[in-house]
Amino acid sequence: MYPLRRWSVRHARLMESTYAHVERALIAFAPVFERIGYHRVEKPVAVIEKIFKGAFFDCRMCGLCVLSDTGMSCPMNCPKSIRNGPCGGVRANGMCEVKPDMRCVWVEGWQGSKQMRDGDGIRIVQIAIDHQLQGTSSWLRVVREKTSEHAIDSTGNT
Amino acid sequence: MNGFSDEPVPGYPLPIRPGHSSPGRLERTLREGHFAITSELAPPDSADPNAVYERAALFDGYVDAINATDGSGAHCHMSSAAVCALLTRLGYSLIQQISCRDRNRIAIQGDILGGAAMGVTNMLCLSGDGVETGDHPEAKPVFDLDCMSLLEIARTMRDQSTFQSGRKLDEPPRVFLGAAANPFAEPFDWRPIRLAKKITAGAQFIQTQYCFDVERLRQYMQSIRDMGLDDKVFMIVGVGPLASARTAEWIRSNVPGVVIPDTVVKRLKGADDAKTEGLNLCVDLIQEIREIQGVHGVHIMAYRQEQNVPTIVQRSGVLDGRTPWHHNQYEGDANVQQQLEKNND
Repeated sequence: MYPLRRWSVRHARLMESTYAHVERALIAFAPVFERIGYHRVEKPVAVIEKIFKGAFFDCRMCGLCVLSDTGMSCPMNCPKSIRNGPCGGVRANGMCEVKPDMRCVWVEGWQGSKQMRDGDGIRIVQIAIDHQLQGTSSWLRVVREKTSEHAIDSTGNT
Repeated sequence: MNGFSDEPVPGYPLPIRPGHSSPGRLERTLREGHFAITSELAPPDSADPNAVYERAALFDGYVDAINATDGSGAHCHMSSAAVCALLTRLGYSLIQQISCRDRNRIAIQGDILGGAAMGVTNMLCLSGDGVETGDHPEAKPVFDLDCMSLLEIARTMRDQSTFQSGRKLDEPPRVFLGAAANPFAEPFDWRPIRLAKKITAGAQFIQTQYCFDVERLRQYMQSIRDMGLDDKVFMIVGVGPLASARTAEWIRSNVPGVVIPDTVVKRLKGADDAKTEGLNLCVDLIQEIREIQGVHGVHIMAYRQEQNVPTIVQRSGVLDGRTPWHHNQYEGDANVQQQLEKNND
Protein backbone atom coordinates (compact mmCIF):
# COMPACT_ATOMS: atom_id res chain seq x y z
CA MET A 1 0.00 0.00 0.00
CA TYR A 2 1.62 3.22 -1.21
CA PRO A 3 0.80 5.53 1.77
CA LEU A 4 1.89 2.86 4.27
CA ARG A 5 5.03 2.18 2.23
CA ARG A 6 5.93 5.86 2.43
CA TRP A 7 5.14 5.91 6.16
CA SER A 8 7.52 2.98 6.70
CA VAL A 9 10.35 4.81 4.93
CA ARG A 10 9.67 7.99 6.89
CA HIS A 11 9.99 5.84 10.02
CA ALA A 12 12.96 3.90 8.73
CA ARG A 13 14.68 3.97 12.10
CA LEU A 14 11.68 2.45 13.88
CA MET A 15 11.39 -0.15 11.14
CA GLU A 16 15.09 -0.90 11.43
CA SER A 17 14.84 -1.65 15.16
CA THR A 18 11.56 -3.59 14.71
CA TYR A 19 13.33 -5.64 12.08
CA ALA A 20 16.25 -6.32 14.40
CA HIS A 21 13.80 -7.62 17.03
CA VAL A 22 11.96 -9.80 14.51
CA GLU A 23 15.27 -11.22 13.32
CA ARG A 24 16.41 -12.05 16.87
CA ALA A 25 13.05 -13.71 17.60
CA LEU A 26 13.22 -15.76 14.42
CA ILE A 27 16.78 -16.83 15.16
CA ALA A 28 15.64 -17.92 18.64
CA PHE A 29 13.09 -20.12 16.87
CA ALA A 30 15.73 -21.68 14.66
CA PRO A 31 15.91 -24.96 16.64
CA VAL A 32 12.12 -25.29 16.31
CA PHE A 33 12.29 -24.66 12.56
CA GLU A 34 15.03 -27.22 12.32
CA ARG A 35 13.05 -29.84 14.23
CA ILE A 36 9.93 -29.32 12.09
CA GLY A 37 12.03 -29.01 8.93
CA TYR A 38 12.62 -25.79 6.98
CA HIS A 39 10.83 -27.18 3.93
CA ARG A 40 7.65 -27.62 6.03
CA VAL A 41 7.73 -24.12 7.59
CA GLU A 42 8.72 -22.41 4.32
CA LYS A 43 5.18 -21.93 3.01
CA PRO A 44 3.45 -20.66 6.18
CA VAL A 45 6.34 -18.32 7.04
CA ALA A 46 6.41 -17.01 3.45
CA VAL A 47 2.66 -16.29 3.70
CA ILE A 48 3.09 -14.34 6.96
CA GLU A 49 6.12 -12.52 5.54
CA LYS A 50 4.19 -11.59 2.42
CA ILE A 51 1.26 -10.21 4.42
CA PHE A 52 3.47 -8.18 6.76
CA LYS A 53 6.02 -6.91 4.27
CA GLY A 54 3.38 -6.53 1.56
CA ALA A 55 1.45 -4.12 3.79
CA PHE A 56 4.38 -2.09 5.05
CA PHE A 57 6.76 -2.12 2.07
CA ASP A 58 4.76 -3.27 -0.98
CA CYS A 59 7.12 -6.27 -0.88
CA ARG A 60 7.32 -8.32 -4.08
CA MET A 61 8.78 -11.41 -2.35
CA CYS A 62 11.99 -11.35 -4.38
CA GLY A 63 13.44 -13.71 -1.77
CA LEU A 64 16.59 -11.62 -1.35
CA CYS A 65 15.40 -8.87 0.94
CA VAL A 66 17.73 -5.85 1.05
CA LEU A 67 15.43 -3.42 2.90
CA SER A 68 18.03 -2.74 5.58
CA ASP A 69 20.47 -1.69 2.83
CA THR A 70 17.99 0.45 0.92
CA GLY A 71 16.66 2.80 3.60
CA MET A 72 13.67 0.47 4.15
CA SER A 73 12.37 1.32 0.65
CA CYS A 74 11.77 -1.83 -1.43
CA PRO A 75 13.76 -1.51 -4.70
CA MET A 76 11.53 -4.05 -6.44
CA ASN A 77 8.90 -1.29 -6.66
CA CYS A 78 11.20 0.54 -9.07
CA PRO A 79 9.63 0.04 -12.54
CA LYS A 80 13.13 -0.90 -13.78
CA SER A 81 13.80 -3.20 -10.79
CA ILE A 82 16.99 -1.23 -10.14
CA ARG A 83 18.56 -2.57 -6.96
CA ASN A 84 21.34 0.04 -7.13
CA GLY A 85 19.43 3.21 -7.82
CA PRO A 86 18.39 5.88 -8.37
CA CYS A 87 18.60 6.06 -12.16
CA GLY A 88 19.28 9.31 -14.00
CA GLY A 89 15.65 9.89 -14.88
CA VAL A 90 14.43 11.09 -11.48
CA ARG A 91 12.23 14.16 -12.02
CA ALA A 92 13.09 17.50 -10.43
CA ASN A 93 10.27 16.96 -7.91
CA GLY A 94 11.67 13.56 -6.90
CA MET A 95 9.06 11.57 -8.80
CA CYS A 96 9.70 8.46 -10.93
CA GLU A 97 10.42 8.97 -14.65
CA VAL A 98 8.27 5.98 -15.60
CA LYS A 99 5.45 6.48 -13.09
CA PRO A 100 5.11 10.25 -12.58
CA ASP A 101 2.61 9.73 -9.73
CA MET A 102 5.04 7.70 -7.63
CA ARG A 103 7.98 9.02 -5.61
CA CYS A 104 11.24 7.46 -6.83
CA VAL A 105 11.81 4.50 -4.49
CA TRP A 106 15.48 5.44 -4.33
CA VAL A 107 14.89 9.08 -3.47
CA GLU A 108 12.76 7.69 -0.64
CA GLY A 109 15.39 5.12 0.26
CA TRP A 110 18.14 7.74 0.42
CA GLN A 111 16.03 9.72 2.93
CA GLY A 112 15.30 6.54 4.89
CA SER A 113 18.95 5.49 5.04
CA LYS A 114 19.92 8.86 6.51
CA GLN A 115 17.56 8.22 9.43
CA MET A 116 18.75 4.71 10.14
CA ARG A 117 21.28 3.87 12.78
CA ASP A 118 23.15 1.74 10.25
CA GLY A 119 22.08 3.23 6.93
CA ASP A 120 25.46 2.84 5.22
CA GLY A 121 24.37 -0.39 3.56
CA ILE A 122 23.00 1.79 0.76
CA ARG A 123 26.62 2.27 -0.38
CA ILE A 124 27.07 -1.47 -1.02
CA VAL A 125 26.85 -2.73 -4.61
CA GLN A 126 23.96 -5.19 -4.82
CA ILE A 127 24.92 -7.98 -7.20
CA ALA A 128 22.54 -9.64 -9.67
CA ILE A 129 19.45 -11.10 -8.05
CA ASP A 130 18.79 -14.86 -8.06
CA HIS A 131 15.34 -15.18 -9.63
CA GLN A 132 15.01 -18.76 -8.37
CA LEU A 133 14.36 -17.30 -4.92
CA GLN A 134 11.26 -15.39 -6.07
CA GLY A 135 8.37 -16.16 -3.69
CA THR A 136 10.52 -17.76 -0.99
CA SER A 137 10.92 -16.44 2.55
CA SER A 138 13.83 -14.07 3.05
CA TRP A 139 13.39 -14.37 6.80
CA LEU A 140 14.01 -18.10 6.82
CA ARG A 141 16.98 -17.71 4.49
CA VAL A 142 18.52 -15.19 6.88
CA VAL A 143 17.82 -17.44 9.90
CA ARG A 144 19.46 -20.36 8.15
CA GLU A 145 22.47 -18.29 7.09
CA LYS A 146 22.96 -16.73 10.54
CA THR A 147 22.59 -20.02 12.43
CA SER A 148 24.99 -21.80 10.12
CA GLU A 149 27.45 -18.92 10.66
CA HIS A 150 27.13 -19.55 14.41
CA ALA A 151 27.74 -23.22 13.84
CA ILE A 152 30.88 -22.50 11.84
CA ASP A 153 32.05 -20.06 14.53
CA SER A 154 31.61 -22.56 17.35
CA THR A 155 33.38 -25.35 15.49
CA GLY A 156 36.09 -22.91 14.54
CA ASN A 157 36.61 -21.94 18.15
CA THR A 158 36.78 -25.42 19.59
CA MET B 1 49.25 11.86 -37.36
CA ASN B 2 46.17 9.75 -37.88
CA GLY B 3 45.37 7.56 -34.89
CA PHE B 4 48.32 5.77 -33.28
CA SER B 5 51.72 4.87 -34.75
CA ASP B 6 51.01 1.15 -34.43
CA GLU B 7 47.64 1.29 -36.23
CA PRO B 8 46.93 -2.12 -37.71
CA VAL B 9 44.96 -2.96 -40.83
CA PRO B 10 41.41 -1.73 -40.20
CA GLY B 11 39.42 -4.48 -38.55
CA TYR B 12 42.44 -5.88 -36.67
CA PRO B 13 43.03 -4.94 -33.03
CA LEU B 14 45.77 -2.66 -31.75
CA PRO B 15 48.24 -4.21 -29.31
CA ILE B 16 47.17 -3.91 -25.66
CA ARG B 17 49.53 -1.58 -23.81
CA PRO B 18 50.78 -2.56 -20.35
CA GLY B 19 48.27 -1.62 -17.67
CA HIS B 20 45.44 -1.24 -20.18
CA SER B 21 42.24 -3.31 -20.13
CA SER B 22 41.51 -3.02 -23.82
CA PRO B 23 43.29 -2.64 -27.16
CA GLY B 24 41.06 0.35 -27.93
CA ARG B 25 41.93 3.87 -29.01
CA LEU B 26 39.60 5.48 -26.46
CA GLU B 27 41.46 3.97 -23.50
CA ARG B 28 44.81 4.92 -25.07
CA THR B 29 43.68 8.49 -25.71
CA LEU B 30 42.43 8.92 -22.15
CA ARG B 31 45.43 7.27 -20.50
CA GLU B 32 47.79 9.42 -22.59
CA GLY B 33 46.10 12.42 -20.99
CA HIS B 34 44.38 13.80 -24.08
CA PHE B 35 40.97 15.40 -23.95
CA ALA B 36 38.78 12.74 -25.54
CA ILE B 37 35.82 13.29 -27.85
CA THR B 38 33.05 10.76 -28.20
CA SER B 39 29.80 11.05 -30.10
CA GLU B 40 26.63 9.15 -30.58
CA LEU B 41 25.42 7.46 -33.74
CA ALA B 42 21.65 7.33 -34.10
CA PRO B 43 21.04 3.79 -35.39
CA PRO B 44 18.86 3.84 -38.50
CA ASP B 45 15.32 2.48 -38.80
CA SER B 46 16.58 0.60 -41.79
CA ALA B 47 18.14 -2.67 -42.89
CA ASP B 48 20.55 -0.82 -45.16
CA PRO B 49 24.17 -0.91 -43.93
CA ASN B 50 24.97 2.23 -45.94
CA ALA B 51 22.82 4.25 -43.55
CA VAL B 52 25.24 3.24 -40.76
CA TYR B 53 28.38 3.90 -42.83
CA GLU B 54 27.13 7.34 -43.86
CA ARG B 55 26.29 8.33 -40.28
CA ALA B 56 29.67 7.16 -38.98
CA ALA B 57 31.56 8.96 -41.78
CA LEU B 58 30.23 12.31 -40.50
CA PHE B 59 32.51 11.92 -37.47
CA ASP B 60 35.64 10.88 -39.40
CA GLY B 61 38.72 12.51 -37.91
CA TYR B 62 36.84 14.29 -35.13
CA VAL B 63 35.91 11.68 -32.52
CA ASP B 64 37.86 9.05 -30.58
CA ALA B 65 34.95 6.65 -30.26
CA ILE B 66 31.35 6.35 -31.42
CA ASN B 67 28.53 5.21 -29.14
CA ALA B 68 26.20 2.69 -30.74
CA THR B 69 22.98 3.18 -28.79
CA ASP B 70 20.85 0.25 -27.69
CA GLY B 71 17.19 1.11 -28.24
CA SER B 72 17.63 4.52 -26.63
CA GLY B 73 14.49 6.11 -25.30
CA ALA B 74 12.96 2.60 -25.49
CA HIS B 75 12.46 3.12 -29.23
CA CYS B 76 13.09 0.42 -31.79
CA HIS B 77 16.10 0.91 -34.10
CA MET B 78 18.88 -1.20 -35.61
CA SER B 79 20.61 -3.06 -32.78
CA SER B 80 23.74 -1.82 -31.09
CA ALA B 81 25.51 -5.12 -31.80
CA ALA B 82 24.75 -4.85 -35.54
CA VAL B 83 25.98 -1.25 -35.77
CA CYS B 84 29.17 -2.36 -33.99
CA ALA B 85 29.56 -5.33 -36.35
CA LEU B 86 29.28 -3.11 -39.41
CA LEU B 87 31.67 -0.44 -38.18
CA THR B 88 34.37 -2.41 -36.34
CA ARG B 89 35.25 -4.25 -39.54
CA LEU B 90 36.13 -0.86 -41.07
CA GLY B 91 38.34 -0.12 -38.09
CA TYR B 92 36.09 2.31 -36.23
CA SER B 93 36.36 2.59 -32.48
CA LEU B 94 32.98 1.79 -30.97
CA ILE B 95 31.33 2.06 -27.58
CA GLN B 96 28.75 -0.70 -27.53
CA GLN B 97 25.86 0.36 -25.33
CA ILE B 98 24.28 -2.49 -23.41
CA SER B 99 20.93 -1.90 -21.79
CA CYS B 100 19.29 -4.25 -19.28
CA ARG B 101 15.78 -3.47 -20.50
CA ASP B 102 15.50 -5.92 -23.38
CA ARG B 103 17.76 -8.85 -22.59
CA ASN B 104 18.51 -11.13 -19.67
CA ARG B 105 21.94 -12.12 -18.39
CA ILE B 106 22.22 -15.06 -20.78
CA ALA B 107 21.76 -12.83 -23.83
CA ILE B 108 23.85 -9.98 -22.43
CA GLN B 109 26.88 -12.11 -21.60
CA GLY B 110 26.67 -13.54 -25.10
CA ASP B 111 26.66 -9.99 -26.49
CA ILE B 112 29.69 -9.03 -24.42
CA LEU B 113 31.68 -11.95 -25.82
CA GLY B 114 30.37 -11.36 -29.33
CA GLY B 115 31.07 -7.63 -29.19
CA ALA B 116 34.64 -8.13 -28.03
CA ALA B 117 35.16 -10.80 -30.71
CA MET B 118 34.03 -8.32 -33.38
CA GLY B 119 36.54 -5.73 -32.18
CA VAL B 120 34.43 -3.66 -29.81
CA THR B 121 36.82 -2.36 -27.17
CA ASN B 122 34.48 -0.22 -25.07
CA MET B 123 31.16 -1.11 -23.50
CA LEU B 124 28.75 1.22 -21.77
CA CYS B 125 26.62 -0.56 -19.15
CA LEU B 126 23.18 0.96 -18.73
CA SER B 127 19.94 0.07 -16.99
CA GLY B 128 18.01 1.51 -19.93
CA ASP B 129 14.91 3.65 -20.28
CA GLY B 130 11.59 2.18 -19.16
CA VAL B 131 9.48 0.65 -21.95
CA GLU B 132 6.64 3.00 -21.00
CA THR B 133 8.64 5.94 -22.35
CA GLY B 134 9.17 4.44 -25.81
CA ASP B 135 7.24 3.53 -28.93
CA HIS B 136 6.35 0.02 -27.72
CA PRO B 137 4.91 0.61 -24.24
CA GLU B 138 3.16 -2.78 -24.45
CA ALA B 139 6.54 -4.62 -24.48
CA LYS B 140 7.68 -6.75 -21.57
CA PRO B 141 10.46 -5.02 -19.60
CA VAL B 142 13.21 -7.50 -18.77
CA PHE B 143 15.52 -5.79 -16.24
CA ASP B 144 17.01 -9.11 -15.11
CA LEU B 145 20.11 -7.04 -14.20
CA ASP B 146 20.64 -3.36 -13.46
CA CYS B 147 23.54 -1.18 -14.62
CA MET B 148 25.51 -1.98 -11.47
CA SER B 149 25.15 -5.78 -11.57
CA LEU B 150 25.82 -5.66 -15.32
CA LEU B 151 29.09 -3.79 -14.71
CA GLU B 152 30.04 -6.30 -12.06
CA ILE B 153 29.33 -9.22 -14.39
CA ALA B 154 31.22 -7.63 -17.32
CA ARG B 155 34.21 -6.95 -15.08
CA THR B 156 34.16 -10.51 -13.77
CA MET B 157 34.07 -11.84 -17.33
CA ARG B 158 37.11 -9.74 -18.22
CA ASP B 159 39.18 -10.04 -15.04
CA GLN B 160 38.25 -13.49 -13.74
CA SER B 161 37.54 -14.95 -17.16
CA THR B 162 34.27 -16.52 -16.04
CA PHE B 163 30.56 -16.15 -16.70
CA GLN B 164 28.40 -15.01 -13.80
CA SER B 165 27.72 -18.70 -13.18
CA GLY B 166 31.43 -19.28 -12.55
CA ARG B 167 31.86 -21.29 -15.75
CA LYS B 168 35.27 -20.59 -17.34
CA LEU B 169 35.74 -18.59 -20.51
CA ASP B 170 38.40 -19.71 -22.99
CA GLU B 171 39.31 -16.10 -23.76
CA PRO B 172 38.02 -13.12 -21.76
CA PRO B 173 36.60 -9.99 -23.43
CA ARG B 174 39.30 -7.26 -23.37
CA VAL B 175 37.05 -4.27 -22.91
CA PHE B 176 37.18 -0.83 -21.35
CA LEU B 177 34.08 -0.56 -19.18
CA GLY B 178 31.89 2.50 -18.97
CA ALA B 179 28.78 3.64 -17.18
CA ALA B 180 26.43 6.58 -17.25
CA ALA B 181 25.94 9.24 -14.61
CA ASN B 182 23.54 12.11 -14.20
CA PRO B 183 24.92 14.84 -11.92
CA PHE B 184 21.87 16.98 -12.73
CA ALA B 185 19.12 14.79 -11.23
CA GLU B 186 17.85 14.49 -7.67
CA PRO B 187 19.00 13.54 -5.08
CA PHE B 188 22.12 15.65 -5.73
CA ASP B 189 23.97 14.64 -2.55
CA TRP B 190 23.56 10.98 -3.48
CA ARG B 191 24.96 11.24 -7.04
CA PRO B 192 28.69 11.18 -6.14
CA ILE B 193 28.11 8.17 -3.88
CA ARG B 194 26.36 6.35 -6.68
CA LEU B 195 29.34 7.11 -8.91
CA ALA B 196 31.58 5.54 -6.28
CA LYS B 197 29.38 2.43 -6.40
CA LYS B 198 29.72 2.26 -10.17
CA ILE B 199 33.51 2.51 -9.89
CA THR B 200 33.50 -0.30 -7.32
CA ALA B 201 31.33 -2.36 -9.66
CA GLY B 202 33.82 -1.90 -12.53
CA ALA B 203 33.29 1.44 -14.30
CA GLN B 204 36.51 2.86 -15.80
CA PHE B 205 34.96 5.71 -17.75
CA ILE B 206 31.75 7.68 -17.30
CA GLN B 207 29.59 9.41 -19.87
CA THR B 208 27.18 11.87 -18.32
CA GLN B 209 23.74 13.14 -19.23
CA TYR B 210 23.57 16.44 -21.18
CA CYS B 211 25.22 19.25 -19.25
CA PHE B 212 23.67 22.70 -19.60
CA ASP B 213 24.21 23.71 -15.98
CA VAL B 214 27.97 24.09 -15.59
CA GLU B 215 27.67 25.34 -12.00
CA ARG B 216 25.93 22.11 -10.95
CA LEU B 217 28.66 20.12 -12.73
CA ARG B 218 31.36 22.07 -10.88
CA GLN B 219 29.76 21.21 -7.53
CA TYR B 220 29.50 17.56 -8.53
CA MET B 221 33.11 17.43 -9.68
CA GLN B 222 34.17 19.09 -6.44
CA SER B 223 32.51 16.26 -4.47
CA ILE B 224 34.13 13.71 -6.77
CA ARG B 225 37.56 15.21 -6.14
CA ASP B 226 36.89 15.41 -2.39
CA MET B 227 36.06 11.70 -2.43
CA GLY B 228 39.25 11.00 -4.40
CA LEU B 229 37.29 9.49 -7.29
CA ASP B 230 38.76 11.70 -10.02
CA ASP B 231 41.88 9.49 -10.17
CA LYS B 232 39.84 6.32 -10.45
CA VAL B 233 37.62 7.09 -13.41
CA PHE B 234 37.68 9.06 -16.66
CA MET B 235 34.83 11.58 -16.75
CA ILE B 236 33.39 12.35 -20.18
CA VAL B 237 30.72 15.03 -19.92
CA GLY B 238 27.67 14.97 -22.18
CA VAL B 239 26.96 18.04 -24.32
CA GLY B 240 24.84 18.81 -27.35
CA PRO B 241 23.60 21.61 -29.58
CA LEU B 242 20.02 22.78 -29.05
CA ALA B 243 18.20 23.63 -32.30
CA SER B 244 15.87 26.29 -30.86
CA ALA B 245 14.32 27.66 -27.69
CA ARG B 246 11.25 25.53 -28.40
CA THR B 247 13.36 22.37 -28.57
CA ALA B 248 14.99 23.34 -25.29
CA GLU B 249 11.62 23.84 -23.62
CA TRP B 250 10.27 20.61 -25.02
CA ILE B 251 13.31 18.64 -23.82
CA ARG B 252 13.25 20.03 -20.32
CA SER B 253 9.56 19.29 -19.83
CA ASN B 254 9.50 15.90 -21.59
CA VAL B 255 12.88 14.26 -21.10
CA PRO B 256 13.32 13.32 -17.43
CA GLY B 257 16.84 13.89 -16.19
CA VAL B 258 17.78 16.68 -18.61
CA VAL B 259 18.01 20.04 -16.85
CA ILE B 260 18.10 23.20 -18.99
CA PRO B 261 18.38 26.45 -17.01
CA ASP B 262 16.26 29.49 -17.96
CA THR B 263 19.38 31.41 -18.97
CA VAL B 264 19.96 28.90 -21.77
CA VAL B 265 16.39 29.19 -23.06
CA LYS B 266 16.61 32.99 -22.89
CA ARG B 267 19.87 33.03 -24.84
CA LEU B 268 18.28 30.96 -27.62
CA LYS B 269 15.11 33.08 -27.63
CA GLY B 270 17.10 36.30 -27.95
CA ALA B 271 19.16 35.09 -30.89
CA ASP B 272 18.45 36.01 -34.53
CA ASP B 273 19.47 32.56 -35.67
CA ALA B 274 18.68 30.10 -32.87
CA LYS B 275 20.40 27.16 -34.55
CA THR B 276 23.72 29.01 -34.85
CA GLU B 277 23.30 30.26 -31.30
CA GLY B 278 22.71 26.64 -30.20
CA LEU B 279 26.04 25.67 -31.76
CA ASN B 280 27.76 28.69 -30.15
CA LEU B 281 26.32 27.68 -26.79
CA CYS B 282 27.57 24.11 -27.23
CA VAL B 283 31.09 25.36 -28.07
CA ASP B 284 31.04 27.70 -25.05
CA LEU B 285 29.88 24.88 -22.78
CA ILE B 286 32.67 22.57 -23.99
CA GLN B 287 35.29 25.24 -23.34
CA GLU B 288 33.93 25.91 -19.85
CA ILE B 289 33.60 22.22 -19.01
CA ARG B 290 37.12 21.54 -20.20
CA GLU B 291 38.53 23.83 -17.53
CA ILE B 292 37.00 21.79 -14.70
CA GLN B 293 39.56 19.65 -12.95
CA GLY B 294 38.82 15.93 -13.32
CA VAL B 295 36.98 16.20 -16.65
CA HIS B 296 38.69 14.07 -19.30
CA GLY B 297 36.54 14.61 -22.34
CA VAL B 298 33.16 15.44 -23.81
CA HIS B 299 30.46 13.24 -25.30
CA ILE B 300 28.66 15.15 -28.05
CA MET B 301 25.08 14.03 -28.49
CA ALA B 302 23.92 15.95 -31.53
CA TYR B 303 20.64 14.26 -32.25
CA ARG B 304 19.54 15.17 -35.82
CA GLN B 305 22.51 17.55 -36.00
CA GLU B 306 25.25 14.96 -36.35
CA GLN B 307 26.64 16.83 -39.38
CA ASN B 308 27.53 19.70 -37.02
CA VAL B 309 29.78 17.61 -34.76
CA PRO B 310 32.99 18.42 -36.75
CA THR B 311 32.21 22.16 -36.55
CA ILE B 312 31.62 21.96 -32.80
CA VAL B 313 34.85 20.03 -32.23
CA GLN B 314 36.86 22.32 -34.49
CA ARG B 315 35.55 25.55 -33.02
CA SER B 316 35.97 24.43 -29.43
CA GLY B 317 39.62 23.64 -30.17
CA VAL B 318 39.66 20.72 -27.75
CA LEU B 319 41.58 18.38 -30.01
CA ASP B 320 44.71 20.57 -29.71
CA GLY B 321 45.76 19.70 -33.24
CA ARG B 322 45.24 15.99 -32.69
CA THR B 323 43.47 13.98 -35.42
CA PRO B 324 41.59 10.96 -34.18
CA TRP B 325 41.74 7.92 -36.44
CA HIS B 326 39.57 7.91 -39.54
CA HIS B 327 39.48 5.41 -42.33
CA ASN B 328 39.19 7.81 -45.26
CA GLN B 329 42.61 9.40 -45.07
CA TYR B 330 44.54 6.54 -43.63
CA GLU B 331 48.18 7.67 -43.45
CA GLY B 332 49.49 4.20 -43.02
CA ASP B 333 48.24 3.07 -46.42
CA ALA B 334 51.67 1.84 -47.46
CA ASN B 335 51.98 -0.10 -44.20
CA VAL B 336 48.49 -1.50 -44.63
CA GLN B 337 49.40 -2.64 -48.11
CA GLN B 338 52.54 -4.30 -46.77
CA GLN B 339 50.64 -6.01 -43.98
CA LEU B 340 47.96 -7.20 -46.35
CA GLU B 341 50.62 -8.64 -48.66
CA LYS B 342 52.27 -10.32 -45.67
CA ASN B 343 48.91 -11.81 -44.67
CA ASN B 344 48.46 -13.12 -48.21
CA ASP B 345 51.86 -14.83 -48.26
